[in-house]
Amino acid sequence: MKFRFQRKYLCIPYFLFLILFVIIPIFFIVYYAFTDGNGAFSFDSLVEFFTTTNKINVLVQSLLFSTLNTIICLVIGYPIAYILANKKYNSNYVIVLLFVMPMWINFVLRTGATRDVLTWLGVNGGTSPYFATMLGLVYNYLPFVILPLYTTMLKLDKSQIEAAIDLGCNRVQVFTKSIIPQSIPGVIAAAQMVFMPTMSSYVIPETLSEGKIVLFGNSIYLGFANNQWNSSSFMAVIMLVIIGISMLITRNFTEKDTSEEDAAW
Amino acid sequence: MVKKILAYSYIYLILLLMYVPILVLIIFSFTNATYIGSWNGFSFELYAALFQSEEIMVAVGNTVIIAIISAVCATILGSLGAIGGFYMKRRGRAVLENINQIPVVNAEIVMALSLVVMFVFIGNMIFGGENLFSFWTLLVGHIVLSAPFVYLNVKPKLQQMDPSLYEAALDLGCGPRQALYRVVLPEIIPGIFSGFMLAITLSLDDFIITAFTRGSGLLSGANNIETISTLVQAKIKKGPIPPEMRPLTTIIFLIVLLVVIGISIYRNKGTSYKNVMRKRLRARRD
Repeated sequence: MKFRFQRKYLCIPYFLFLILFVIIPIFFIVYYAFTDGNGAFSFDSLVEFFTTTNKINVLVQSLLFSTLNTIICLVIGYPIAYILANKKYNSNYVIVLLFVMPMWINFVLRTGATRDVLTWLGVNGGTSPYFATMLGLVYNYLPFVILPLYTTMLKLDKSQIEAAIDLGCNRVQVFTKSIIPQSIPGVIAAAQMVFMPTMSSYVIPETLSEGKIVLFGNSIYLGFANNQWNSSSFMAVIMLVIIGISMLITRNFTEKDTSEEDAAW
Repeated sequence: MVKKILAYSYIYLILLLMYVPILVLIIFSFTNATYIGSWNGFSFELYAALFQSEEIMVAVGNTVIIAIISAVCATILGSLGAIGGFYMKRRGRAVLENINQIPVVNAEIVMALSLVVMFVFIGNMIFGGENLFSFWTLLVGHIVLSAPFVYLNVKPKLQQMDPSLYEAALDLGCGPRQALYRVVLPEIIPGIFSGFMLAITLSLDDFIITAFTRGSGLLSGANNIETISTLVQAKIKKGPIPPEMRPLTTIIFLIVLLVVIGISIYRNKGTSYKNVMRKRLRARRD
C-alpha cells in the first residue's frame, strides 16, 4: 500500500517527543517515589516525608511564601496594570514594555544584583533572611503578574462601567462590582504565574537568604545534588499533586483563550 | 489632574525600584572597585576584563549556542505539532492539547527532575551504568521547556486563518505539501516567529533545567557545560557578583533595550499604517 500524506501526520514527531520526554518521565518520578534504593516497592519515602518535621516545615514554609508573594505581587501589580491599560492615563506601550523588560535580563544575574545591593544597604541574608527573600521573590515575579493583568484590563467592558456610574454607583462600588469581577480571569492567570514557580524556586531563596531559607525547590535540588532519587521524587510527586489541586480550583475561572500568550510580542 | 499625577508617580516609583539592582550594577561596571558601593574613578577596565575572562566567554558562547539550537528544534517540532493537531479529529486534538499543557503548568524543577530520573534509569538499566548526561540531554530539556509555548503561539494563527485558502490552493493544482508550504505557512509565520522568540528567551534565562540535565560538551569540553545562569549561580553562591560580570549586565541590558525599541518602532509603524488605511477608507465612504 502506498503511503498517503495527510496533514494530521505532521504532529507525529511532536506527539512522540511529548510522550517520550514529558509523559514517560512523570511515570519514572512516580516509580522512584514509591520504590526504595533497590527498586522494590515501598512507602519509605512517603513515611520519611511525613514523619520528618524538617520536611513538613519546608512544605508549610513554601506554601506561606508562595501565598504571601502572590498577594503582594497582586496588590502592587493590580493598580499598575489598571493604570497602564487605562487610556485616560497612559497610551504609551513603551512603559508597558519597560515593566516586562526585566524578564528578559538573566534572572540569576538580577538576583545576585539584588543581593549585592541589599548587602550594600546593610540588609542581607545574614541579618534578615525573610525580608531579603520576600523582596527578591516580589522583584522577580512582579512582571509576570503585570502582563496577564494588563491584557485582561485592556478588554474591560467600558460600557458596563459607564452604566454602573449612570445607575448611581459610587467609585468604590464601580470598582468592587464591575472592575474586579471583570478582571478575575486576569487575577487567576497572574496568580498561576506566581504561586507554583515561587514554591519551586531555588536560586532566589538560596541566594537572598544565604542558604538559610529552604523552600520546596531547594529541598528537591538538594536531594538531586546528593543523588537521593527516591525522596526527591516523592517531593516532586507532592508538587504534582499540589499543581493538580490548584488547576482543579482555577479551571472554572480561566478563559479558554490562549491567544494572549503572544501579547508581549 | 491630581489623580493623573498620583497614578504616574506610583508607576514611576515602582519602575525605579524594579530597576535599582540592574542600574547599580551598570553604574559600578564603569569603575574597577572590587565591591559595589566603593568608587575608584571612572574606567573601562572591567570591560576589558570581561572579554579576557575565558570562563565567562565560554559560558556566553554555550548559552547562545544552546538557545539557538533548542529554539530552532522547538519551533520546528511545536509548529508541526500545532499544524497537525489543528487538522486532527476533535478527540485526538484534545489529547495532544492536554499533554501539551503539562509542561506549561508543571513546575520546572519537577520536569527537570523527571528527565534526570529517566536518564539515570535508562543509563543504569540499558547502557550498563553509563552516564548519559551530555549536550543532548540538555538540548532535550530545553526543547521540553519551550516547544509547548511555540505550539500555543502558532495555534491561534491557525484558528484565525481562512480555511478555504487551503482548499483553493488544492483546486488551483497544488499538492497537499505544496499547499501547506505556500499557503498555510505564510499565514502562520507571525505565530511561528513569536514562538521562536519566546523559545529563545526561555532558554537564555533557564537555570533549573540546565543545572539538572547538563553534562560535558560544547565549548566547556570535558567539563560540565556552563551557561551564563549556572556560572553566575556558582559565583554568587560563594560571594558577591565578580566585578568582571558587571559589564555583562550592561551589555545584556543594552541588547534587550535595543530589542524593545525595535518592537515599539515596529508597532508604531503598524498602527500608523492602520490609521492611514482607516482614514482612506473613511474618505472613500464620505
